[in-house]
Amino acid sequence: MHLHTHELQETIREQAANIRLDVLDMVYRRQAGHLGGSYSAAEILACLYFHQLRIDPANPSLPDRDRFLLSKGHAAAALYSALARRGYFPVEELATWGHLGSRLQGHPDRIKTPGVEMSSGFLGHGLSIAVGMALAQRLSANRFHIYALMSDGDMQSGVAWEGALTAAKYLTSEVTVIMDFNDVQLDGPGHEIMPLEPLRDKWRSFGFSVIEIHGHNILQILDALDTALDIHSQPTVIIAHTTKGKGVDFMENTAKWHGSVPSEQQYLQARQQLTGARDE
Amino acid sequence: MSEVPQRQAYGQALAEYGEKNQKIVVLDADVSTSTLTSYFATRYPARFFNLGVTEASMVDVGVGMALGGTIPFVNTFAALLTLRACEQIRTCVSYARTNVKLIGGYAGVSDYKDGPTHFATNDIAVMRSLPNITVIAPCDNLEAARMVPLVAELDGPVYMRISRAVVPDVFDSSYAPRIGKGVILREGGDVSLVATGTMVARSILAATQLAERGVRATVLALSTIKPLDTELLAQAARSTGAIVTAEEHTIMGGFGSAAVEALAAVEPVPVEMVGLADNFAETGPDPETLMDAWGLSVGDIVNAALRAIARKAH
Repeated sequence: MHLHTHELQETIREQAANIRLDVLDMVYRRQAGHLGGSYSAAEILACLYFHQLRIDPANPSLPDRDRFLLSKGHAAAALYSALARRGYFPVEELATWGHLGSRLQGHPDRIKTPGVEMSSGFLGHGLSIAVGMALAQRLSANRFHIYALMSDGDMQSGVAWEGALTAAKYLTSEVTVIMDFNDVQLDGPGHEIMPLEPLRDKWRSFGFSVIEIHGHNILQILDALDTALDIHSQPTVIIAHTTKGKGVDFMENTAKWHGSVPSEQQYLQARQQLTGARDE
Repeated sequence: MSEVPQRQAYGQALAEYGEKNQKIVVLDADVSTSTLTSYFATRYPARFFNLGVTEASMVDVGVGMALGGTIPFVNTFAALLTLRACEQIRTCVSYARTNVKLIGGYAGVSDYKDGPTHFATNDIAVMRSLPNITVIAPCDNLEAARMVPLVAELDGPVYMRISRAVVPDVFDSSYAPRIGKGVILREGGDVSLVATGTMVARSILAATQLAERGVRATVLALSTIKPLDTELLAQAARSTGAIVTAEEHTIMGGFGSAAVEALAAVEPVPVEMVGLADNFAETGPDPETLMDAWGLSVGDIVNAALRAIARKAH
């Protein structure tokens, strides 16, 4: 386990705040996008892109780079912000999101956007793709770790659990699933729409090592990511308990903010809250 | 008639090619002794992945393997592959343009004994509607076997359908298939019989029967359905003025539709389509009898040719 300095945590906290502000601007400018699920994942993405992933934006195709799969592709704006701020493309390009000819599609597109490892949009794919990457890696000389960020919506899909079966069969410890468990989905509370609990038991019985954390606590995220790398006997899932819409009080824990666009007043209010939090 | 089923020619060719190309990995969904990827599995157990009845996930695992630098051949029954895993194929193979080779076994009605649940009669329609995917239906064992290296070495996703049945030989050993190129098997000026997959051999027999009636038919094998060899097709339409399409598949959206779409733009001539009508067919005693009973007989091609000729403008 590495020591995660206060300085590192502070850097990540700032980047998470930047992601939230970028996403707000992007969704408001475009009058489309997904704020709630981007905000629940902000600290997780910041921990990955500004510390954990062994990647080089100047060489995005290095064969032994770590892979990150955004299975919950609707958090595209948050991913684009992280990629831009990590140096894959200019931050100014975020303003082109959704324009004709833009490299930034509504959901991630691996062909068009530098740094995007795999296209995604419909839920459920990430885990199986991660397992495939792990199996391919074993046949090559390259060694890398694969991270799949899944939502609770992802884990309602059958294909995701099929992927879990395969991960267990091949003991793909090269794969770490991070589950952004915000328990709110498009139509309402996750536990009402399609309950996933007992989630820890489900993952355990599917052959995963389970770490449960507070998904907005940077130190807990960093520690969990390190712990996962030390588990070599089975794949790991980090169940990150998060808050949909985290960071803007009127967006938190409401299904409405899965895909709603703020009014001008709401935009200004959200911006004020997020700027205040960043500059604390 | 070949001695062995087309699936065996494919399975053995895959195992043979696996020796030359170490990047090949093979995935199957608990039907390897049916698709006959079992030949590969026996020789290269480390590069064979039996994923059980997880067709949708299997396609995604294949996607991950392609992104990891291997060349995955993803196998199961064509109907399961193209329908159960359709969204995976659409999003993660077609849209994401991943180098996945999708091989659909038990194509058409070749799994005669298991019946309509197991038939693949709209797989061509589904696959050809997806951008970036090359669609191939080899017409005999030689072509199925020789397509394997070509499919592997093509940079991009491919869907290839393979019959469960023993199918008649069309080509001799001098034949070297090329993806995207059709072949003229016989030339005649009255009508062109253009066929894909198992209907190529039946079209040759139909041309012979037509000749007995004094009708001279061109026969084209168009084993690549997408991209279609439009040039060869248009040339046949120009030189004969009438077309019959033939496929072991529904006539709705499949190979015949592809031909009609192409001809409408470049050489509109009367076209008659031979294939399954809007139905599921039924369980049968053997593939040939079943095909004969459901509109895919040599006689059906002959009659379609006569109708097409009668529709020519005089």
